[in-house]
Amino acid sequence: MNIIVCIKQVPAKDAPLAIAGNWIKESDIGFEMNEPDSFALEEALRLKEKHGGEVIALSMGPERVKQTIKEALAKGADRGIHIADDNFAQLDPLGSARALAAAIQKEKVDLVLTGLQSDDHGFGQTGVLLAALLNLPHATIIMAIDVSGGKMNLKRELEAGWFQHIECPLPGVLSIQSGINKVRYATLKGIMAAKKKDLTTVTRESLGVTGEATQKIEKIYVPTKTKKTEFLTGTPKEVATKLVEKLKFEARVI
Amino acid sequence: MKILVIAEQRQGKWNNTSFETLVAAQQIAAATSGTISALVIGKGVAGLADELAAKNVAEVLQVEHDLLEAYTPDGYCVALSQVISSAKPDLVLFPHTYQVRDFAPKLAASLGKGMIGDCIGYRNEGGKLVFVRQMFQGKTAADVTFAGAAPWFASFQSGSFRSDLLTAHPSGKASVNKVTVDLKPEQIRTKPLELFKEAKSAVDLTQAPLIVAIGRGIKAPENIPQAEALAKALGGEIAASRPICDEGWLPMERQIGSSGQTVAPKLYLALGISGAIQHVVGMKGARTIVAVNKDANAPIFEIADYGVVGDIFEIMPALTEALEKAKGS
Repeated sequence: MNIIVCIKQVPAKDAPLAIAGNWIKESDIGFEMNEPDSFALEEALRLKEKHGGEVIALSMGPERVKQTIKEALAKGADRGIHIADDNFAQLDPLGSARALAAAIQKEKVDLVLTGLQSDDHGFGQTGVLLAALLNLPHATIIMAIDVSGGKMNLKRELEAGWFQHIECPLPGVLSIQSGINKVRYATLKGIMAAKKKDLTTVTRESLGVTGEATQKIEKIYVPTKTKKTEFLTGTPKEVATKLVEKLKFEARVI
Repeated sequence: MKILVIAEQRQGKWNNTSFETLVAAQQIAAATSGTISALVIGKGVAGLADELAAKNVAEVLQVEHDLLEAYTPDGYCVALSQVISSAKPDLVLFPHTYQVRDFAPKLAASLGKGMIGDCIGYRNEGGKLVFVRQMFQGKTAADVTFAGAAPWFASFQSGSFRSDLLTAHPSGKASVNKVTVDLKPEQIRTKPLELFKEAKSAVDLTQAPLIVAIGRGIKAPENIPQAEALAKALGGEIAASRPICDEGWLPMERQIGSSGQTVAPKLYLALGISGAIQHVVGMKGARTIVAVNKDANAPIFEIADYGVVGDIFEIMPALTEALEKAKGS
């Protein structure tokens, strides 16, 4: 079973965000694998361990993205594909998906996996768009995958505690719900092995992707507060006493 | 502007975010001298279509087909792309539900269009619509506009508009137009099976007036009793953000957020919760929100009435003690 996992590199969780126009200043911050994608990678590795085949880690972005692909290789992916594009952050969801789809089409794959959404843009559209562009069946927010007889039996999460079982034929595209599994850490052996693994770089232009952007981020900004927050300060004991008074006599909720 | 609202139902029951999206459509229509078509899709949805027709909309489109009885992304996309191609709306609006996430981007892409998803508001800037959505897990907002020709596709996050502002039809009822679509079994590639709930709920958080919720800041399961002691002193229920339930530290039924429960208690005390969108949509309706977090920039403070920047492991025992004392007095 050959699997491509789409992985995004995003600013580190604790990175201080300095806004610059319609994006952030990238020069002084660290980057890491998008956490929701790490669950998709783990799921791909588990499927490979069960059914054999190959796991390809696919990512797009500037040179620094290679580090995240190498992390995937260290965890057990067999090879990596890097779509080089310095303006990746400016692409709309459809534009990104078109480039990813073009790279995927060059490979023989049974399954394409994505995470739920990215922790930066948070569009959450890539998996569904890949299914549309590759003309493959898909399912999203997946909590369990069982492959047998050329098809997948899936558990899909719905809202408010509901779930649904779905059958999806192969090849197909799935977006994986965060928390589906416990992700592994790279071992030292894995890190050493990753150095010998193939990491191919292609430019986005060379994929021959065309199509105008369908949307544009005009600017980003710190959201205006809808509520006025009253901050309580002092020692823990003072804060606790103040808060109880506020809740009792001001908010009158206790 | 011609607006099409795709309302969502499952097994004959509305997803209430649909009505919030209708409110958004009514406001946009008022600002742009536009008209609204409200659409319901499924099998045996005439009753639901009638319900929509009582709202202030120009018409209701009732899309019926045997193959649309259960939701599938393929079935919905094939059917709705036919409807959109013939109805020719400028703007197609959806409630941002799990189901919409599952098919709407594909529907837009099948027509060569993009979608601005998960919006929390919009502005009308001289006839040009600017959509506002969150990025970086709610730490920033973004103004996003459509490029290229209509139709444009957008979805609104749950809680972005107040469904009680929905206005009724001025003369009683809008016309309901049945739309036939051409759909074949082989076009639907996935097979939806049964819907189910994981476990019987021992607790109904939606009815709890006081909730103490913990997030990643609790660090380890052995720290949870401290939060439980606080909840007990308050006389409230314990709840959590997703990562805590994913770890199995608290049962899923105590999870608040888009994939868990949506609650609107009198008091919501958020401990060590950063305030990611997925959590906030489940609790922003609380009357009073208290947030304790060591990070002063955590998005949870955006919606908090009272905030404490500090260590939850210092605040929890102090607050438990203060509550016990207040009870005694």
